Amino acid sequence: MSIVQSFSIWFIPFLIGFILLYGTYKKVPTYETFVEGGKEGFSIAINIIPFLVGMLVAISVFRASGALDYVMMAMRPLFSLFHIPAEVVPLGLMRTISGTGALGMTSDLIATHGPDSFIGRLASTIQGSTDTTFYVLTVYFGAVGIKKMKYALKVGLLADLIGFLASIAVISLLFYS
Amino acid sequence: MVNYIWVGMMVIGFIVAGINGTMDKVNEAIFTSAKEAVTLSFGMISILVFWLGIMKIAEKGGLLEVLAVLFRPIVKRLFPDIPKDHPAQGYILSNMAANLLGLGNAATPMGIKAMEQLKILNGGKNEASRSMITLLAINTSSITLIPTTIIAIRMSYNSASPTDIVAPTLIATAISTVGAILIDRYYYYRSLPKGGK
Repeated sequence: MSIVQSFSIWFIPFLIGFILLYGTYKKVPTYETFVEGGKEGFSIAINIIPFLVGMLVAISVFRASGALDYVMMAMRPLFSLFHIPAEVVPLGLMRTISGTGALGMTSDLIATHGPDSFIGRLASTIQGSTDTTFYVLTVYFGAVGIKKMKYALKVGLLADLIGFLASIAVISLLFYS
Repeated sequence: MVNYIWVGMMVIGFIVAGINGTMDKVNEAIFTSAKEAVTLSFGMISILVFWLGIMKIAEKGGLLEVLAVLFRPIVKRLFPDIPKDHPAQGYILSNMAANLLGLGNAATPMGIKAMEQLKILNGGKNEASRSMITLLAINTSSITLIPTTIIAIRMSYNSASPTDIVAPTLIATAISTVGAILIDRYYYYRSLPKGGK
């Protein structure tokens, strides 16, 4: 097992253990607080259902009809030049626009290619490594009434591109070299 | 924009299915994928309940403040425009700490509070200031320690090792955050009037 994989496995138990001991040290009623926070997690999972149903249905209609195959066929020659798997390009684009849309695409990719495949791991990393630029921009600037956003959009989108390319590089190097 | 993409995927799908003769598959896809989406959400309940429960303990114990203290020197360098001990600094620190722990619900209000303070610092203009764009750049490439939702999805599809993407995600997100900060700096210096500082 590589160092990276053992880091991934040790990290979560370590973090949980640390938080529990820290909470106890700070005299937090740990169990009651856990239950309280858990309820929030429950409502997040329930609230996400309509978003996922909408997105997964649209994506699978697009795929089952054969339309996705045509798009992939058209894109593959161009992206294979840069060693970018065409399957994750739609996800990369969606990631900047809609968080739940991207989540739908990620789960579709994981379901189709398998979670431990190259595409499955890549989709997982892309989904986790950037946030929805258009959403963040709208919420943060919208809330305080900023109209002229200057170079903010450019910075956000370029950062997304870097995250996308970095995901491809990291997954290729760590798992497939 | 999402609205057009969403409608576009479905309508194009129906048209292509009509031409291709794959309408039966499309019909099946509508119902199986709707069901799959619900199954997936239910599968995610377990992890989300557990993780947000643990994170609530971190929040109540004041771990956000501890992280904020650790970040202070970095924030000073990233936001040179903010005067010392200005409230904006505190909000930015909490925003970053909450993002790191994956507490999106806590991060957003803190980020908005920070934006309000930055707007006051900028004379209340409706134009984005340098610090506002930096804050935005950090948020769009936010570093998260544990990508909980992804782990939950991977578990639902029987991954042999659902968490093995934790380290790659951390590395990729660190690269994109550093990239975002550098790009932000580049555009800031380019936006300065020629002959200025």
